[in-house]
This record gives sequence, structure tokens and C-alpha cells, in this order.
Amino acid sequence: MNLPGDAPTNGAETTALPVSAPHAGVALGAPEETPFRRIAGDFAASKLALFGLALFALIVLCALFAPLISPQNPYDLAQLDVLDSRLEPGSRSGDGKLVFWLGTDDQGRDMLSAIFYGLRISIGVGVTATLCALAIGTTLGLAAAFFGGRTDSLIMRVADIQLSFPAILIALILLAVLGQGVDKIVVALVAVQWAYYARTVRGSALVERSKEYMEAARCLALPASRIVFRHLLPNCLPPLIVVATVQVAAAIALEATLSFLGLGLPITEPSLGLLIANGFTYMLSGKYWISFFPGVALLATIVSINLVGDQLRDVLNPRLQR
Amino acid sequence: MLVFIIRRLMQSAVVLFAMSLLVFVGVYAIGNPVDILINPNADQQDIERAIRGLGLDKPLWEQYLVFLRQAALGDLGKSFAFNVPALQLILERMPATLELATAAMLIAVVVGLPLGLWAGLKPDSFAGKSIMAGSILGFSLPTFWVGLMLIMVFSVYLGWLPSNGRGPTTDLFGVPVSFLSWDGIRHLVMPATNLALFNLALVIRLTRAGTREALLQDYVKFARAKGLSDARVIGVHVLKNISIPIVTVTGLQFGTLIAFAIVTETIFAWPGMGKLIIDSINVLDRPVIVAYLLIIVTLFIVINLVVDVLYSVLDPRVRLGDTKA
Amino acid sequence: MSEPAEVAPSSAPTAPVSEPPAAATTGEPTLKVAGLRTHFFTRQGVVKAVDGVSFEVPPGKILGLVGESGSGKTMTGFSIIGLVDPPGRIVAGEIRLNGRDLRALAPAEWQRLRGDRIAMIFQDPMMTLNPVLRIDTQMIEAVRAHAAVSVEAARSRAREALVRVGIPSPDERLRAYPHQFSGGMRQRVAIAIALINKPDLLIADEPTTALDVTIQGQILAEVQKLCRESGTALIWITHDLAVIAGLADEVCVMYAGKIVERGSVNQVLDAPLHPYTRGLLDSVPSRNRPGAPLRQIPGMTPSLLALPEGCAFRERCARATETCLSEPPLYSLGDRQVRCFHPIHAEDEAAVE
Repeated sequence: MNLPGDAPTNGAETTALPVSAPHAGVALGAPEETPFRRIAGDFAASKLALFGLALFALIVLCALFAPLISPQNPYDLAQLDVLDSRLEPGSRSGDGKLVFWLGTDDQGRDMLSAIFYGLRISIGVGVTATLCALAIGTTLGLAAAFFGGRTDSLIMRVADIQLSFPAILIALILLAVLGQGVDKIVVALVAVQWAYYARTVRGSALVERSKEYMEAARCLALPASRIVFRHLLPNCLPPLIVVATVQVAAAIALEATLSFLGLGLPITEPSLGLLIANGFTYMLSGKYWISFFPGVALLATIVSINLVGDQLRDVLNPRLQR
Repeated sequence: MLVFIIRRLMQSAVVLFAMSLLVFVGVYAIGNPVDILINPNADQQDIERAIRGLGLDKPLWEQYLVFLRQAALGDLGKSFAFNVPALQLILERMPATLELATAAMLIAVVVGLPLGLWAGLKPDSFAGKSIMAGSILGFSLPTFWVGLMLIMVFSVYLGWLPSNGRGPTTDLFGVPVSFLSWDGIRHLVMPATNLALFNLALVIRLTRAGTREALLQDYVKFARAKGLSDARVIGVHVLKNISIPIVTVTGLQFGTLIAFAIVTETIFAWPGMGKLIIDSINVLDRPVIVAYLLIIVTLFIVINLVVDVLYSVLDPRVRLGDTKA
Repeated sequence: MSEPAEVAPSSAPTAPVSEPPAAATTGEPTLKVAGLRTHFFTRQGVVKAVDGVSFEVPPGKILGLVGESGSGKTMTGFSIIGLVDPPGRIVAGEIRLNGRDLRALAPAEWQRLRGDRIAMIFQDPMMTLNPVLRIDTQMIEAVRAHAAVSVEAARSRAREALVRVGIPSPDERLRAYPHQFSGGMRQRVAIAIALINKPDLLIADEPTTALDVTIQGQILAEVQKLCRESGTALIWITHDLAVIAGLADEVCVMYAGKIVERGSVNQVLDAPLHPYTRGLLDSVPSRNRPGAPLRQIPGMTPSLLALPEGCAFRERCARATETCLSEPPLYSLGDRQVRCFHPIHAEDEAAVE
């Protein structure tokens, strides 16, 4: 009966006991975790993303508390001494009271202070524009998905056409027509971004719309606005969050580029782009710090946001969920 | 296929009209057309004569038709600063910009494709991870800042490459190009690399994603089961599949390159359309601005159309339709 | 009458000197698998996808490998052709093709073997054939990877191969792309490619699952004929017992990575020994009495990361006892094998009925 080499049989046979079959399914369950904790956990799996988050938090704090931590108020002309201009990093001011850790620009402004204030403006403009674009784009996208038909076609066609043109061109056209100013920059940035949100939300909303909980809500005869905002929207959030994060970085970069080209914010409110532009001419004579340090600050901001956004995209991607 | 092209042409015409309307409204209705189209330094009599000459005293819709007719005839106004037709000014500068954009696109694809392929084949290796980290830097770094840094390193400190201008040009099929001479290449390298960075990052990421997806497909398993060498499996089977979406995206990006050339040309003083538009905006040479916008929009529409057609030609599933045997 | 077996083509430039003669002359089985273990080392633990599998396939014979998804049948196929990717690897066992030890081969030798001596076809022919390459490209490269022939010579071989699998107007078909074929045609093309170099062994992984039932029958008949003609040994992997019934000479039933029953097709299907095999047969709807409720095997296939102690089928088996808490070995009953402490004997059958 046995093949040579097999384990010996047990010998005695007992009567067959009825065996209840416990659920032999997959036993990979962990203790109950909320979606937020899972996402946070997945996010923290990447050290690079955590680094990005920490860096960005640091930058935002610097920007928020700029007046408190800057050695000098760079916009207060009374504090500037043109004799202090174009000093190297680490030099002292003429009256010996300040140390210019990152040097000064051609007007005698302390670069470190200018960077803090510049961050404020750059981040402020970027975030404001993104939030506005998010609100407008989401509303339009939801409207398109919810009402369908002609509304949908119209909104999406406009969005598609706009998305086929590069952002810088659209911004250029708008600024050439509207002129300069903070509000006009924000308008340009919003005009450039809204289509991303509209498209993303519409895509999610169309998928969610055919799911059962939506039918249930409709059966309960809930008003449309309630269905859309309380039921539909929260489920469309993950891709929106990813897009918004990345777009903040893009908005900041675009504003900096426009300011650099002289089309952006006016000189009275120098963002990082303008600081860099100011230093351009001095680079060839070796006074690199006027452009270099604001550039690094800009870089750090954008890179940190992109690191976070990248990881968020992987974490929130439903196709990569187990 | 023909139906497809015709339909796209019609769509493009609609978009072109819409854009021309937008530009027209922006310039004539929102801004003050007198300031925009007539040299503000002219005296009162000349201004009034110009107003009548340009038909600014006519109703708006009539002005639009005149505008369209002039545009169709190739007359987009005269530049204030140079006193030559705006269209001619732009067309003179176009070859420089196209040369820059083409060089940038070549760099992005020739360098990006192999790097992305490597990162896709060995995603967990040190090289693979570095390439991906590098690509994040590639599209995070603002183009203008990178340009400045390049100048600082290669022109100021090392003195290897010139910091501005275009090299000497020779005519190739009637178009002046500068890459045929060594000096021309020296001038072209930095601005082209600067412009290419964003796209390079994009190509790397696309190629990596495409490769990773392709490697999971059954046709790769089947190719290996046939005993084909790894080189052939990757070089022919995988590459041909991922190249189609990459070619189309890169093609579409060509338009973006031309737009971003504005920044690069400003930094490197490259005599192209982009520098022209910035200079014009700064001196308020509005006819040039209007002409530039219209030309760029047309260029974009043409690029989009060409890429769409290219896609349907390259992918046999689209080209030959789904004819079941 | 055609020769039942073929000698390795002498035009192959890379035939190693030590290759043993073809099976027909020595009486050895084409494929011998003994104690094969293929494990996957994942972050959640070790998955023993194939855990001690042994069987033999003589030349020209057809072995059916039956099991549900997760039973390890596909992985067995991949192990034999050497396409197990990390985190998996073959950790133990012997695989001999015509007496030659495959596990001792270097990667370059594996490459020469694949497509030439061992071939494999997969389930979904749409994804098996590269959608952006022409059919002739894909067939010619299979020929030229193993023989130094000209493109024209390879093309005529491809043409012959298409004719052999019953595809009309082969010249036009060669210039076509995969999406221009129907599902059944595509699978025929895949079979043609697999058999183009007249391999000793063909592994077919559920090749008809994705096809219409009528086409299924055609493909089955085609493959059976081709294998008999050329003496190619065939392993047909499937979950569908009906397919096995008409096709195979021998059957191995797999469950949770192990073989639980093995025997000739008539023996296993008419008088199954293992309760799992019995359950599989009973759950085929056509075997049910009309009006009676359909029979199922209770419970679910266990996850390979959380196998029950002892016999893997214990928790779903009505015949399980305390003995089953230890792992049953593979017993022999005549020329059949079963891995069970309480196999179903003929007397039990009579009693149950």
C-alpha cells in the first residue's frame, strides 16, 4: 500500500467525526483600521515623502511667521541702506547691527528676510489660486457629471481645448490683456488650473454616479445639492487631493516664471521669481547669491510638495489597492 | 480614416475661430484699441487718420470681419518698435525657436527613453531609484532657475560654453540653422538642455510606467516561452508597444516646448519668437503680441492634428480597424 | 504511417554535445518531474505554490493537470519551462526532459530549450500575441531564435505551420495583425507558433477557457491530432473536467500545491479515490439528476498563507477524522496514487448510492 519512502500510516482508524467547516477563507485581516489611518500608514512607508512633508511644513512655518523671524523688514525703505548693497553672505551691515547671512541685493535688502517675505507671497498666491481653481473646477465638473447632456459637452469641450494649450501661454495671453497685479495673477493661475479639477471630478463623479449608494440617495428623494455635496463629493476626493497637491507646486512655479519674465507681481510685492530676476544681471559678475538663494528656496518648496504629491498619488490610487 | 481627418480639420477650424474671437475681443473690446494698434507717440492728426484707416470708427462686428479678412491676407498689423509687418517679424524668428525646440525634444527622447527603460526593468535597483528621484527634480526645477545655474556653472565658473546668443547660421533647404557648425552647437547646447529638462523627466516617467506595465503582459511571457533573447523581448516586443503612447505624448509636448522657449530664449538671449514676445510685451508693441498669439494658436492646432493622425497611423489596431476574420 | 517521434533537428547550431538521444529510442519518458517544490517568498510569508509534485509524461501522451485556481497547476507548468519569476523560485525537486536535468541548466541553455524543446501556450490568445507586431514577425522570430535559417525559409515554415493547424489562406494571414483574427484563430496561431520547432513537450495552460464551447472542441481535436502525429508530449492544464475526459490519457488532480490523486483518465473519472475529486465530479451540473439541488464542495479553497494543519482538504471533507490532522502521504493503489487517509473505495460508493 505504501510507496517506499512515504511516512508510515497512522494505523488505527476512528469513526468519522462530523467536521464543521470553519470559514477557511483568507486570514490576512488586520485589526479594523479607518481609511485615514491606512492612508497615513501607507504614506509614511516612503521616507522620501515624509521628508518632503517635513520640509514643506518647515517652509510654510517660515512663510507664516516671516515678520517674526526676519532680521529685517525688506519692504520698509527706512531700514534699507544702499551702502549695504551687494554684500557677500556672512557680511555685516554698515552700522554693525545686522549679519547678512545670505548676503544683500542691489538695494541693500537682507536676502534671508527677502526670501522669507518672498516665500509668503509665492506660497500665498499659489495656494489661493489653487483653492479658487479647486472650488470653481470642482463645481463645474460636478455640474457636468450630474446634469449630463449639453452642459456636460460644453464644459468638457472648453476644458479640453484649454488643456491642450500650455499653461504659460494662457497666462501670457491673460496678463497681456489684463495687465499686472496680484489679483490678475491669481485670475490667470485659476484660469490655467480649473480644467484639471473639472475633468478629474467629472471622471470620478461619473463612476460614482452609477454606484448603488447614489441610487439609494435618489430613492430617498434627497435634494440634488445634498446628494452631490454630502454623498458624491466625499467619494471623489482622493484624486482631487492628488491633483490639488501637485497643482500648488505648479502654480508656485508658474507664478515664479511669470514674475521672472517681468509679467507677474509688481515690484512692491516681490515674490521669489522677482528676486531671482533681480539677481540675474549680477550673476555674470560672480554675485551669485542674489539669484541663487531665492532659487534654492523656490526649489525646496516645489520639490517638497511634489514629493508629497507623488506618494499621495501612489497611496490613493485605487488600482494599486489590494 | 479620411472621415477622421476631415472631422478633426473642422474641429480645428472652430477652435481657430474661437481663439481669433478671443484675441480680438481681448484687444479691441477690453483694451483700448487706439492705444493698442496705433503708436501712442503719434500726434493727434495722425491718430485720427489711423483711426479711420483702421476702421476703428465702425461697429464692432464689422471690425471683426475686417480683422479676419486682413488676417487671412496675412496682414496682422505693423510693429511699433520695428516698423515692419508683425507677421514678417515673427516668421523671421521662427526658425531659431523651432531649432531650439527640436533640439530639446531630441535630447528628451534620446536620453529619456533608455533611462526610463532601465528604471522600468530594474525598478528596485539603486540606478532605477536614482533615475526616478532625478525625474522628480527634473519637473520640479523651474526652467528659468536651471538656466541661470547652467550659465553660472558652465559660462561663469568653467568658461566652457557661451552664455548667450545663437551661433552662426547656414541655410538648410532655405531655412537658416545653426547646428551644422561647432560654434553653433556650442551655443545650442545649454539652452536646448535647459528646455529639455521638463520633457526629459516626463519621458522617463512615461517610459518607466509603460515598461513596468508591459512586462506584466502575457505577450512578454509568450515571447520568453518562445526562447527569444532578453534583448529581443525588450528591444522589439516591449519597445514597440510603449513607443506609441510615448511618441504621441512627446509630439503633443512639442507645442509646450515652443511655449516654454519663451523663458529659455529670454535667459540665453536666443533670437527666437519667444524673446520677441517678451520684448514686445515690455515695450507694449501690441501688434506683434496679437500676431504672435494667433500664430502660436495655429501652430498648436496643426501639431495636435498631426499627432492625432500619427497615432492612428502607428497603432495597427486603430489603422486597420477591428475586422474580425 | 508517420514516424511517432523525431530526432532533434540537425540544423540547430547550438545543440550541446551531451544531449541524450530522443526518447523513442531509449523508452524514457519525455518529461519526468519528481518532488518539485516552487515557493514564493513574499512579505506576508512563504507561499508554497507547488509543494512536492511528481509525475511522468511518455512521448506522445497527454497528461491532464486539473485543479481550481490557486491549486498550483499553472505554477507547475511555469516551473517546468523555467519561467518562475522572483519572488518565486524552485527550491527542490527534479525536472528531467528526455533524461536531461533541467534544473542544472544555465540561463542561456534555458533560452535555447524554450520554444525549441519545450513550448507553452497560455489562456488568452489576444494578450499572448503582441498586438503591434505582425503574425509573420512573431512566427519567424520563433524559428530564427533556434535555427540559423534565412527569413524566407523561416517564412515558409511559418506558412506550413499555419496550414497544419487548419488556418485557411495562410499567406494573407501571415501579413495580418492579431486583432484581425477571431479568438479561436488566434489560439490556433499560438499553437502553430508553439509547435513550429517540433518540441518534445508542449504545456498548454487553460488554452480553451476563453473560447466558445464549439471552438473549444475544434482546438482540442486539433491539438490531440498534432501531438499524436509528432510524438509531442502534452500537459493540459485546466479546471474543466469535461475537457480532460475527452482528451487526456492520464490525470493528476492538484489541491493546495500538492497532487491529491493520479491515475489514468478512465480510472479517475469513473471511480475517483480522493474526496476532492469526487466533489469536483459531483459538482459538474450535467452529472446532476434534474430537479435535485446542485451539489457543491462546502467551504472555500484555503489561502496558501494559512493552510490548515494536516490534510489541506480536511476542513471541507465529510470523511475527515482526527487522523487527518497529520499530513497524508501519497499512497499507491495499483497503478493509481491518492493522497488521503480515507480514500473512497468501490464499497463506499455502493453504500452512498
